[in-house]
Amino acid sequence: MPAVQETIDRVKAIDVDQYKYGFVTDIDSERGAKGLSEETVRFLSAKKDEPEWMTEWRLDALRRFQQMEEPDWARVSYPKIDFDELYYWASPKSVEGPKSLDEVDPELLATYEKLGIPLREQEVLAGVEPKNRVAVDAVFDSVSVVTTFKEELKKAGVIFCSISEAVREYPDLVRKYLGSVVPVTDNYYATLNSAVFSDGSFVYVPEGVRCPMELSTYFRINEQNTGQFERTLIIAEKGAYVSYLEGCTAPQRDENQLHAAVVELVALDDAEIKYSTVQNWFPGDKDGKGGIYNFVTKRGDCRGKNSKISWTQVETGSAITWKYPSCILRGENSRGEFYSIAVANGYQQIDSGTKMIHLGKNSSSRIISKGISAGKSQNTYRGLVSAHRKASNARNFTQCDSLLIGQDCGAHTVPYIESKNASAQFEHEATTSKISDDQMFYCLQRGLTEEEAVALIVNGFVKDVIQQLPMEFAVEAQKLISISLEGSVG
Amino acid sequence: MNASVPIKHTQAESDLIGRFDTARGALTGSVAVTALREAAVSQIRDKGLPHRRVEEYKYTDLRAFMKAAAPMAAAADEATVRTLLDSHDAFDGLERYRIVVANGAFLPGLSDIEALAGEGVSVASLTEELAGPHGAQLLASPKSAANDGVLALNTAFVQGGVVVTVKEGAEVSRPVELIHVAASAGAQISRNRIVVAKGAKLSLLETFAGDSGDGEINTVFDYDVADSASLATTRLIVGQSHAARLFTSITTIGAKAEFKSLGFIAGPRFTRNQQFVNFAGENSNAGIYGVTMARDEDLADQTLIVDHAVPNCNSREFFKTVLDGRAKGVYQGRINVAPHAQKTDGEMMTQALLLSEEAEMANKPELEIFADDVICAHGATSGQIDEDLLFYLRARGIPEDEARTLLVLAFLAEAIEEYGEDDVTEGLEARVRDWLTGH
Repeated sequence: MPAVQETIDRVKAIDVDQYKYGFVTDIDSERGAKGLSEETVRFLSAKKDEPEWMTEWRLDALRRFQQMEEPDWARVSYPKIDFDELYYWASPKSVEGPKSLDEVDPELLATYEKLGIPLREQEVLAGVEPKNRVAVDAVFDSVSVVTTFKEELKKAGVIFCSISEAVREYPDLVRKYLGSVVPVTDNYYATLNSAVFSDGSFVYVPEGVRCPMELSTYFRINEQNTGQFERTLIIAEKGAYVSYLEGCTAPQRDENQLHAAVVELVALDDAEIKYSTVQNWFPGDKDGKGGIYNFVTKRGDCRGKNSKISWTQVETGSAITWKYPSCILRGENSRGEFYSIAVANGYQQIDSGTKMIHLGKNSSSRIISKGISAGKSQNTYRGLVSAHRKASNARNFTQCDSLLIGQDCGAHTVPYIESKNASAQFEHEATTSKISDDQMFYCLQRGLTEEEAVALIVNGFVKDVIQQLPMEFAVEAQKLISISLEGSVG
Repeated sequence: MNASVPIKHTQAESDLIGRFDTARGALTGSVAVTALREAAVSQIRDKGLPHRRVEEYKYTDLRAFMKAAAPMAAAADEATVRTLLDSHDAFDGLERYRIVVANGAFLPGLSDIEALAGEGVSVASLTEELAGPHGAQLLASPKSAANDGVLALNTAFVQGGVVVTVKEGAEVSRPVELIHVAASAGAQISRNRIVVAKGAKLSLLETFAGDSGDGEINTVFDYDVADSASLATTRLIVGQSHAARLFTSITTIGAKAEFKSLGFIAGPRFTRNQQFVNFAGENSNAGIYGVTMARDEDLADQTLIVDHAVPNCNSREFFKTVLDGRAKGVYQGRINVAPHAQKTDGEMMTQALLLSEEAEMANKPELEIFADDVICAHGATSGQIDEDLLFYLRARGIPEDEARTLLVLAFLAEAIEEYGEDDVTEGLEARVRDWLTGH
C-alpha cells in the first residue's frame, strides 16, 4: 500500500533542496600537496608530529592500498574517484594548537554556532547541574579544532581527545588497539583511511567508569576538493560505559567530496558502548549534482564477556552512502544492536546495513532498520548475520522495513543469514506482526490495534536512542520518529 | 575482475572444453543453435565454471566441487531403460501419463504419445526442433540468467529433450510424468519446453531414474504458461548420486494464469535447483515451494528469482530445509518488482531446521523494489528442533526418535500442503519418511 501523507510530508521537509548547512566558511586555511603519494603521507604524519611507528604504519597501508582494486559490489554508481586530484590535508590556519577557546578563529566559532554546536563549556550554576551536558570534539576538515570538557572528563579518568593528540600522548593505548578491529587491509577505503587519516576522536574509559556525560564529535568538511579521512577509536575497559554521538555536515558544492572514515570500538568484559550517528553530509542538489561520498567502515568488537555495543544511525545526507556498522560478538553473552533510519531523497544512493558476527556462546543481536526512499533515490539494506561453529545459543532478530514514496525510487533488501550452529536461532522478519509476542500481547491487551502496537514498539526502540541525542544535532531525527510504518514493505 | 587475463582452467574446465570438441559432431542444431553452443562454451573457457566469487554461486561453488567432467552419455539402450522404468517407483499408484527422456534423448516408443494426443497434448523431440528454423529460440535465456554458468553448460551440450504442447483449452485429466532416465554413465544434458496454451491446464511430474555415474546431470525446463492457463510442476530430485545435479527452470506467466511449482530435493551429493520466474501478464498468481533434505556432506541449493515485471500479480515463495550431518543448505531468493508493477503482492519465507551441530544453512531472501504501491514481505528463520515440542510428545509416550521424525515431517509437510497438489501429497510425504529412515 502507498505511504501515508504524514510520512510523505515529513520526508519532503528534509528533501535535498532543504539542506540547511550548505554555507561555506570563509577562513584562511592551508592545504597539503595534491595527490596520493608517500610524500603526502609523510607530510601528513610530520604535520601531526607523529612518532616513527605511526608513519610506518601509514606507509604500509599506502603500499597495500596501491595494490588494491576498488570494490564494485555495492548497489551504487558513481564516476571513478581520482585519488590524485584530492587534497589529503586541509586545516584552518589559526588552529595550530590553540590553548583555549579564545585563541580559536572567531570565524570558526561562528561556524559552529551556526551549526548549533556548543563549543563553550556551559558555566555550572551554583547548585544546579545542567541537564544533557555534552562534551564535543569538533573536527574541521583535517584537524580537531577543540575538545570541550576535557578537564572534567579527566577527573573521572576518561580520556577524550583528538586521535592526533592520542597518538602523541597515549601511544601505548593507540598502538594496542588501532587497527585491531578494522585491520589495515580490511577493505579498499579502510586501507586508504589507514594511510591518510587526518583526525578524529579517541576515547578511553577505564575500568568500572561510567562516563559522566555524552561524548560527541562534530565533523565538518569545508575546503574544496578535500577528502576527509577521520579515524575514531573508542575503548571501554571492563565494566565501563560510554555513549558517543557523531554528527557531520558539509557545504553545498558542485563537485563530489570524499569522506572515508574508520571507526573502531572495543568493549571488554561487561562494558557497554553506545554509538549514535546523525549523518547529514551535503546530499547533492536536486539534480544530483555534488554531494559527499560517504564510504565508511565502522566496526565494534565485543571482546569481553557480557559486553554490549549498540549502533544507532540516522542517515539523511550524502550523495552516496556505503556503510555497514558491524559487531563482532566474540565474548560470551555479548550483545550487538543496530538501529537505523535511512532516508534517501533526490538522487541519493544508500547502500547500508550491518553485520552481526556471532562467535561467542549465548551472544545475541538485534537489527532494526527502516529505509525510506523518495525522489529518484535508491536505498539498499545489506546485512549479514552469521553464527560460527562455537556460537551456541546465538540469537538474532532482524527487522528491515522499506518505504517508497513515488515511482522513480527503489528499495532493496539483501540479507545474508548464515548459520553454522544448530542451536543458533535466527529470525529475519519483515512482516510487522512478529516483533516479540510478549510485547505485542501486552500492547494489544491494552487496547491498541496491531499496527499501533507495532509502531509503538519499533519506534520505541529508535526513540530511546534518538531522544538522547542533543536537540541541536537531531532536529531531523526528531521529525523522523513520527514516520509511520504504514505502507512499508519487507 | 580483469577480464583480459585468461583464467587458469581446472581439470573439469579443461575436460569440458575437450568434451565440446569431441562431441561437436553429435550435437545437433541449426547454424544459429551451433553459434549459441559456441558462445556458451566460450563463456566456460573465459570465465570458468561458476564459483564462490560469483555472487549467485557464493555458497555453491561448482568450480571447486567438479573435480573432472565425464564424457557425454552415449545413446540409451531401450531394454535397459525399460528395466529401469520397471523399478522406478516415484508416485506409485498414481494414475498418470508418461514421457520418457533417456540419456538426453526423447524415447517416443516408451511414452504415452497416443493417449496424450487424445488429451490435446503433443510431444516432439527437442533434438529435431533444434535443427529446425526456430531452434535458437528454444535455447533462449531469460534476462535475469543472462550469464548463468549452469545454463551455459546446458546450452553448450544439450543433447535433446521434449517439446510438450498442451493445446488451447485442454485440461489434461491425469498428471503427466516426465521421466529422465540415466541408462548409462556419462553426462546427461537435456532441455524441455512445456507450453500450456490459453486456458489449458496441466499437472507435470518431473522425476529422475537410473545412475549417471560420474556424469553430471544438467536439465532445463522452459515453461510457457499462456493467458488463463494453469501449470503445476512437481520436481522430485531424490536418490544418491555423487556427481553434480543441476536444474534450471525458466517460467513465463501470461495474464490471469496460475503457476505452481515444488522442488523436492533429498539425497544427491550436490544439487542446485534454480528458477527464473517472470510475470508477463497481469492478474496472475505464482506459488513456488521447496522442500530440501540433506545429510552427510550433501549440498542442496534452491535459488530463485521472481520478476514482477507487470502490475497486479501475486507470488508466494515458501521453502523448508532440514539438514543433518555436515550438510549445507542454501536458499537464495529474490523478488524483483519493476517500476510501475504496482499492486504487486509478494511474500517469501525460508525456514531451516538444523538437526546436527555441524550442519550449515545460508539464507539470502532478497527484495528489489522499484514500485511504491506494493506489498512485499520476506522472512527467514533457522534453528533446531524445539525442545518444548519434543518434550510435549515424549510426555505423551512417544519415543524420542519417533517424536523427532514426527516434528520434522510436520515441519516439511507445511510446504507440501501449501503447494496443495493433492495427487502428489501422499507420495511426497512418503519420500520424506524414506529420507528420515535413511532409505
